[in-house]
Amino acid sequence: MTDYRDSSFEARMSTVDFRVSDRAHITVDTEICRACTTRTCVHACPADLFVPTSDGGILFNYEQCFECGTCYQICDAQGAITWTYPDGGSGVAFRRG
Amino acid sequence: MFDVVVVGAGPAGCAAALEAARAGRSVALVERGPYPGAKNVYGGVVYGRVLDELVPRWWELMPVQRWVTRRSTMLMTGTQALTVDFRTEDWGRPPYNGATAFRADLDGWLASLAQDAGAVLVPSTVATGLLRDARGRVTGVSTDRPDGDLTAGVVIACDGVNSFLAKEAGLFRPEPGGRHLTLGVKETLALPRETIEERFALTGRDGLDLEILGCTRGIPGGGFLYTNLDSVSIGVVLGLPGLASAKVRPEELLTDLKAHPAIAPLVRGGRLTEYAAHLIPEGGYDSMPELVGDGILVAGDAAAMCLAAGIWLEGVNFALGAGMYAGRAAAAAVASGDTSATGLAGYRRLLEDSFVLADHRKLRRAPGLVFSERVQRQYPGLVCDVVQGMFQVDNPRPKPGLRRLLTRAARDRRVRLRHLLSDTLTGLRSFG
Repeated sequence: MTDYRDSSFEARMSTVDFRVSDRAHITVDTEICRACTTRTCVHACPADLFVPTSDGGILFNYEQCFECGTCYQICDAQGAITWTYPDGGSGVAFRRG
Repeated sequence: MFDVVVVGAGPAGCAAALEAARAGRSVALVERGPYPGAKNVYGGVVYGRVLDELVPRWWELMPVQRWVTRRSTMLMTGTQALTVDFRTEDWGRPPYNGATAFRADLDGWLASLAQDAGAVLVPSTVATGLLRDARGRVTGVSTDRPDGDLTAGVVIACDGVNSFLAKEAGLFRPEPGGRHLTLGVKETLALPRETIEERFALTGRDGLDLEILGCTRGIPGGGFLYTNLDSVSIGVVLGLPGLASAKVRPEELLTDLKAHPAIAPLVRGGRLTEYAAHLIPEGGYDSMPELVGDGILVAGDAAAMCLAAGIWLEGVNFALGAGMYAGRAAAAAVASGDTSATGLAGYRRLLEDSFVLADHRKLRRAPGLVFSERVQRQYPGLVCDVVQGMFQVDNPRPKPGLRRLLTRAARDRRVRLRHLLSDTLTGLRSFG
């Protein structure tokens, strides 16, 4: 699932604790993304969770999300990213933030 | 039914819960993480002076990594670095000044103070929305727990930079593109304690905080490095609009910084123990939301109370101060039976009479200057070139005067002297 990342980024992300919830706290309306030309989420997300697909959509993986909010704040397409907090107790758990 | 429901057990929320509980009010402190601090990241230094009002001799109790006795500011280009390095023994002994700490430790300690005062900590719980009465007054929060509505006389929203509660209350109108937000990414790198002492010329619990300008390929922002007991934390902070247009990944800039000749020797051999990212509200006074509504107060990052004024970078202290005043104002409003915006207006007055809004108002122009194109892209190189010219001996040519160096550097770095003059004046007005 995460083969789009290089090994060093994998190693970087493996230092972070995530308590993964069953519910995806972010949803992406890939139809809206198809019309987007900037794709700012793809390079701005610090966890590299947004992946362009070959058919012009965006694939999103919520499990290793820092819950920073960069993606929805930076998104150029109205309504493409629906962002909520993950359920209480789940998601990222920083130890040294 | 609680007198006060505080959302978010960070510094603002913990201080609010502490003061409301101390005033004899029933208080719930709701935290969405499994423990306080689980969702929190910062740029490294807690200035604890405001804690004098809350905890006598707090420095004996607070979980500190190191006391900052070296405060450095570095201007860099790809090949140059100019550092202003200040150190004082005073900051390494009571009553201290700034400290580095891990947020899970710091926020956990702050929450324990609130709990000891009688506040009920409710972890692993998301406040999903506001409860309101028929007239629109906030009367509590809904949560993601079964039957999880928490009714309250006053809700204090300390729910961080993305504050959905302040937005839902209509107190905060988000800026398109995250114009006032920066993204911070940070690595914590483990190094032996002795290595840190030798590398940074520190002893005991003394620590270094280094702030860096000119390391973000022109994206408005900066870098930082600070010492923990047996690790170093290093990060970059990037304005969202600049990051969006630069098409560069945030960790690439961090990798660049770690490879810079002035920084590489400081982090060499460090083993990555945690990578982290968080947004920071750096727009200053002019980007703050309304702080008071009917039945609701806003404090901390939710109220954009981060000060990003170049030489001063503070946030936790403002959160503690605002939370403290919010807790007091909420308790007083509950006691008086008027928790409308009018009854809660004392909060705003307390903030205005203190450093919280005084510092932000005084420095309201500073974020605009610090994040400006010239300060970000041109001045670090200009200053480095002038200094290089001053110390470079070009015999047999005689030494150039400062004016000549400045003119030459301005030409090379494409800086107009009238812009430099006007920015200097803005700087003096902002910082004076």
